[in-house]
Amino acid sequence: MQHKDPLIIGGHEFHSRFILGSGKYSMQLIESAIHDAGAEMITLAVRRANTKEQENILDYIPKGITLLPNTSGARTADEAVRIARLARELGCGNFVKVEIMRDSKYLLPDNRETIRATEILAKEGFVVMPYMYPDLNVARDLVQAGAATIMPLASPIDSNKGLATREFIQILIEEIDLPIIVDAGIGRPSQACEAMEMGAAAIMANTALATAGNLPLMASAFRQAIAAGRNAYLSGLGRVLTRGASASDPLTGFLRD
Amino acid sequence: MVKINGRELNLAGNTLAAYLKTTDFDVKRIAVEKNGEIIPKTQYETTILQDGDCLEVVSFVGGG
Repeated sequence: MQHKDPLIIGGHEFHSRFILGSGKYSMQLIESAIHDAGAEMITLAVRRANTKEQENILDYIPKGITLLPNTSGARTADEAVRIARLARELGCGNFVKVEIMRDSKYLLPDNRETIRATEILAKEGFVVMPYMYPDLNVARDLVQAGAATIMPLASPIDSNKGLATREFIQILIEEIDLPIIVDAGIGRPSQACEAMEMGAAAIMANTALATAGNLPLMASAFRQAIAAGRNAYLSGLGRVLTRGASASDPLTGFLRD
Repeated sequence: MVKINGRELNLAGNTLAAYLKTTDFDVKRIAVEKNGEIIPKTQYETTILQDGDCLEVVSFVGGG
């Protein structure tokens, strides 16, 4: 029996620690991905509407799932604020993942503009979840600006390269009182598990699933890895010897004279 | 001319609601911004498009 271990974001209680992306795969797979991931929150993007498109992604997302619109496409705080307001006008709540990129080669977030957008949107009542490059000073500024969580990147978006920023994410986990949600670059369940063992509050993944051979099966693998890592963190990891070995078995009663 | 999602259209004098009726946009699934300001759905009927207006009509798509 699992003990109760809710994740609180902006006053809302979640029991899943896996935030699912919805990019780069078919809408028909979304429902099974959410189900097999055990996800309660899914990210979306805002784009110009297409009059020829008869299907809308919202028709594929089950009721009760929290939508997390992102501000992708924004290059400045002002553009992110504009996209966030449009997302809220679409009528699916007040969560927003602020992501602001000036750099188109590595898609790294612009931390300074992200702080500025976070401050404006938090004042407007948004639950702001800023995507950021893991820097302790920036994370502290984001807390001051009213962020609900901090979402540091593990490695460049879409790269599936894993926890390249491990040490710096660990510092955020130790020093920041908000949930630290590792976002971007997590490519394998083992990497998600490791981040959770370190004390991350949740994992956000998209490409790892979208580019997997079997998306729902990979969603399930992530779900189990995230739960395992969380339990390991809550348990407290066993210690590491600095040298030598230590027997796991009794050192008496050997079958010899 | 009125610019909607980057396309110039001859719509001056029409209401926003009248324009949307001529399209396949699903009004429940869109948000509209005119000259940088969001137009609430309750104002679609009373918003009259004018030459030089710039509109963005957006909806949700898959994203990470």
